[in-house]
Amino acid sequence: MANTETADNAEPTRRDFIYIATGGVAAVGAALTIWPFIDQMNPDAAALALAQVEVDVSALEPGMSLTVKWRGKPVFIRNRTAKEIEEAEAVDVDSLPDGLARNANLAADAPASDANRGADGREAWLVQIGICTHLGCVPLGQQGAYGGYFCPCHGSVYDTAGRIRQGPAPENLHIPVYSFVTETKLRIG
Amino acid sequence: MEGHSTYQPKNGAAKWLERRLPIMGLAHSSFVAYPTPRNLNYWWTFGAILSFVLAEQIITGIVLAMHYVPAGSLAFSSVESIMRDVNFGWLLRYIHANGASLFFFAVYIHMFRGMYYGSYKEPREVLWILGVLILLLMIAAAFMGYVLPWGQMSFWAATVITNLFSAIPLVGPSITEWLWGGFAVDSATLNRFYALHYLLPFMIAGVVVLHIWALHVSGQNNPLGIDVKSKKDTLPFTPFATIKDMFATVVFLILFAWLVFYLPNYMGHPDNYIPADPLKTPAHIVPEWYFLPFYAILRAIPDKLLGVIALFAAIAVLFLLPWFDTSRVRSAKFRPIFRQFFWIFVLVCIGLGYLGSQPAEGGYVIASRILTAYYFLHFLVILPVIGLIERPKPLPNSISESVLQGSGAAAPATGSKG
Repeated sequence: MANTETADNAEPTRRDFIYIATGGVAAVGAALTIWPFIDQMNPDAAALALAQVEVDVSALEPGMSLTVKWRGKPVFIRNRTAKEIEEAEAVDVDSLPDGLARNANLAADAPASDANRGADGREAWLVQIGICTHLGCVPLGQQGAYGGYFCPCHGSVYDTAGRIRQGPAPENLHIPVYSFVTETKLRIG
Repeated sequence: MEGHSTYQPKNGAAKWLERRLPIMGLAHSSFVAYPTPRNLNYWWTFGAILSFVLAEQIITGIVLAMHYVPAGSLAFSSVESIMRDVNFGWLLRYIHANGASLFFFAVYIHMFRGMYYGSYKEPREVLWILGVLILLLMIAAAFMGYVLPWGQMSFWAATVITNLFSAIPLVGPSITEWLWGGFAVDSATLNRFYALHYLLPFMIAGVVVLHIWALHVSGQNNPLGIDVKSKKDTLPFTPFATIKDMFATVVFLILFAWLVFYLPNYMGHPDNYIPADPLKTPAHIVPEWYFLPFYAILRAIPDKLLGVIALFAAIAVLFLLPWFDTSRVRSAKFRPIFRQFFWIFVLVCIGLGYLGSQPAEGGYVIASRILTAYYFLHFLVILPVIGLIERPKPLPNSISESVLQGSGAAAPATGSKG
């Protein structure tokens, strides 16, 4: 290498070692320097500050819905009718394209039964992030073949429990962390 | 290439500069003495037209940037103030917006010309690959530029396109949030798209330099697809190609002016004059016309990840085109079977564009699937097979023989001087 008198098959010298070690340190240093330039694009402290919203849902009679904004995303809050719950309960979970509840309040492997989709102890209440799991459009409520949600962008159809039934979306509508603070007040986040 | 280095500095200042930086000699050998095949037709003027449009987009873009505000709360109103308050703002914005559309119109013609005359074949593979790279950068620049007015179509285009990355297994959602700088498309997203939209045209200009460099190393292809064999086959770039390119650019400008002055919003969507609303998706979202074929391919596949893969594969196959085509004959003029399949391919691309504009339901989805399958078959099966089974017509001996004697079948005397 640097020592021209050393033959190719000679033992590595101390200089070779220093040469490689210097290059290695430079490579690690370069990689570490790049990181801030990549990480600056991640959600900043203000975006990360876990926003909570409290919503008064006392005015929602069965069959009524409300859309609120949480973390820049729409959240659908629906007080479902008895018929909607009945239809959703009648579905065999094993026949669903996505068998998981996608409910942030439950374990990740909870099955997509209607009880796991509705609010804990208040099955009529369905609280979901109103973003189609295909490419992020906002689905329209009470539309589509299953009377649930229909995404106008690429034709995904969800049922009355927000579970994907037809179309390109891979997952059920996601359910955010939420709880009922009082009988009529809902806290999301 | 022959014909280089004929530049002779005439005065003392030019001689002084040439000894220190031979830039005038480079310009002279590239754009004056550069030998162009003498049989080039008007399809070869689109390179010059594209250079013009790139320069026009950069100039109008820089002046628009002096008035635009890349913040979620102000972007829409700053575009409206460009349209209503800024002196000639309406003109500059309409030139920029329609210029983007015409950029793609010209680049698609440029690419189909390359496909018809086999301009991607040996020794021009790198030239072609650089061209596809320019297309990729153009797609990114056009997409981010479309987001900037922050209307409903802008917002939902940004949402759908960034969500394509969420299809990547495991890291998809993290990548999407990294692109957004938040948990949804928001002001942070707009701000970074603006920064990148300003950067990309200069990257395009850089690759254009490489593209022209590669072109000047291998020399231009021509409608016969045969190599330049002697000085008789070529003409100097100036005045022959220069004047022809300028004439074609002026004709192109007529189309451009007609759009800008008479149909400035024809290529756009009315929904983009509604401010962005993250809680409501427009009933029928479609991309700009130049992305429709790719959009149809995305929607044709009923699976999220596979749809995204097909979308990117539709561009990736273009990179490999030089190796899919097994025929050594370049020009479709001498390839009777390829010529028919070329036009079928053009129709399939137009058909995909039409289907991309229609709602994703019923017969449109089935038709999209058939045409998507054909799009890939064209590259992966049809091109390799034609090259093996086709019997090309005999090639002419030289460009000059074909040009000077071919046209003179009735009066051979005209070409005898050669």
